[in-house]
Amino acid sequence: MSAGVPGSTEARYHPDRVARRWLGPIFGAACLAATCTGVVALAVLLGSVITAALKGPPHGPWYAVGSHLRELVALCRKLATELQATEPELAGFRVGLVGSLWLLGLVAMVGIPVGIGAGVFLEEYAPPGRFRRIIQTNIANLAGVPSIVYGILGLAVFVRAFGWKGIALGPTLISGVLTLSLLILPIIVITTQEALRAVPRSLRQAALALGASRWQMIRDHVVPAALPGILTGAILGLSRAIGETAPLIMVGAAGSILQVPRGPRDLYTALPVEIYNYAKQPDPRFQTVAAGGILILLAILLSMNAVAIVIRNRFRRYD
Amino acid sequence: MRWPRRPRYLAWLESGVSALLFLCAFVTVLTTIGIVAVLGVQTVGFFRIARIGITDFLFGVVLKPDARPPLFGVVPIFWGTMIVAIGSSMIALPIGLLSAIYLSEYAPRKARAILKPTLELLAGVPTIVYGYFALMLVTPVLRALLEPLGLRVETFNALSACVVVGVMIIPLVSSLSEDVLSSVPRGLREAAYGLGATKFEVSTRVVLPAGLSGVLASFILAISRAVGETMAVVLAAGMRPQITLNPLTSIETMTTYIVQVIGGEASYGTAKYLSLFAVGLSLFAVTLVLNIISGLILRHFREAYQ
Repeated sequence: MSAGVPGSTEARYHPDRVARRWLGPIFGAACLAATCTGVVALAVLLGSVITAALKGPPHGPWYAVGSHLRELVALCRKLATELQATEPELAGFRVGLVGSLWLLGLVAMVGIPVGIGAGVFLEEYAPPGRFRRIIQTNIANLAGVPSIVYGILGLAVFVRAFGWKGIALGPTLISGVLTLSLLILPIIVITTQEALRAVPRSLRQAALALGASRWQMIRDHVVPAALPGILTGAILGLSRAIGETAPLIMVGAAGSILQVPRGPRDLYTALPVEIYNYAKQPDPRFQTVAAGGILILLAILLSMNAVAIVIRNRFRRYD
Repeated sequence: MRWPRRPRYLAWLESGVSALLFLCAFVTVLTTIGIVAVLGVQTVGFFRIARIGITDFLFGVVLKPDARPPLFGVVPIFWGTMIVAIGSSMIALPIGLLSAIYLSEYAPRKARAILKPTLELLAGVPTIVYGYFALMLVTPVLRALLEPLGLRVETFNALSACVVVGVMIIPLVSSLSEDVLSSVPRGLREAAYGLGATKFEVSTRVVLPAGLSGVLASFILAISRAVGETMAVVLAAGMRPQITLNPLTSIETMTTYIVQVIGGEASYGTAKYLSLFAVGLSLFAVTLVLNIISGLILRHFREAYQ
């Protein structure tokens, strides 16, 4: 290679360029800063919600953590028991909270078994080939459909039944449950499949060799082995369902309901929908109420996520 | 010695169970068919009742469903959607990509073990909380910063929507890109280090180009999420359909329009009510195309390296 010919590799070879020395650390620092942006955003978000929730009653200096905590707990307790009202002092989330818990329970009974079933079918039964690939692609695409589109689907199919009054469910709990179940279906299916895929082949082969039928193998060996992963996915799906607002607004979880739902055919509202209704009020005192509601919602979500993390770390056998 | 035969009912159980599980899987197909059918049928109904052509809808620049005659031009809300998608990507894509590079190339194992779940937590926060965040914190901060400069910031403005949606999709970009970057084969990195490259050069000239298609796929997925985002935008950007480049005024996105129609007094079967299905179909089409492109790019990457 002749030295110094323009365009040759050697002309571009500058191992001692100063930029090489300082560009690296700067880039590393930029990457670290970017990563911290997310963390800082989370901290600011939580901090702003908590300070907004504390704005209501008279409060001490910021370092009085104990009294603040007591204040927050008292506020959340008050908000959890009060019914919805037009007066900020009397406003609360009892109806929405009960509605959300109903949704949680019923989605766990409807959506999760179907999702797990679909995952088991795709992973254990479906013959590899075109059919399976189509369903798989379909699920991947469903996972990317905006949640409000599921709301539109629920509105047309469950709430209105295309205009047939006889079989329409109306804006009742069961419409919300079915809509949210469809919404979380892709998440459940995908996580179930991943959990099943992690179960070693040898376990299946051993069960089959001992004379178990396919279903016996799945029921007694494969699913129990994959259960931690499946449960983690189920909890993540449920926490997605409980935080969703847009599809519930579409299927009629109205804000102005003063009666706690007692069954699947009752009218209902949900916690995030009530938060939305309070947050859009111009009166700043309602912002405190909304912040309290967000704290309740985040507390529910965080405890669900914590359970999921514990399950994942304690019980995962194959990974 | 003879083994006992399997009881007859077991065969029935086997086929019963597999049929049941098949039905579960079929629900997912039915969901897609349902979405397409509902949106399609009702959109056709919309065009019949509203008596407008498809071109009036797709290229109309005025959206006034309550005017006489009502005008259903989708361009203003499509514009709003694009503003939010582009604005939030300008925040989320660089930050998400740099985080991904940090997590996959720079971070010590312990830092990674803390940072990754924290970012995932950010992804688990409900969108309504982000909306509240925009209204309570981002807009007041923007006001405090920009009003002294003589700029008028409206209570509902596009910029705060961009900021919160951007923060919301950071974890999506960072976690997917990080997966892709960490799955770039070690050998490539080691070869580059062996040739005397610095960490910066390895990250930007070897790992990043190798994982580029996966990173692009994550970008497109994040944009698709921003397009479909509803509650944060409803609370942050407001509901005024207009074509403007000023990010400090209120705009309306496609998702917001749907919420506005369902929250208003539009009665069942009117043109205004049916227009939400037409807008929903457009939204579905946009996100579907983005997701399919992203999936194709990702598959291309997987074929190359995994």
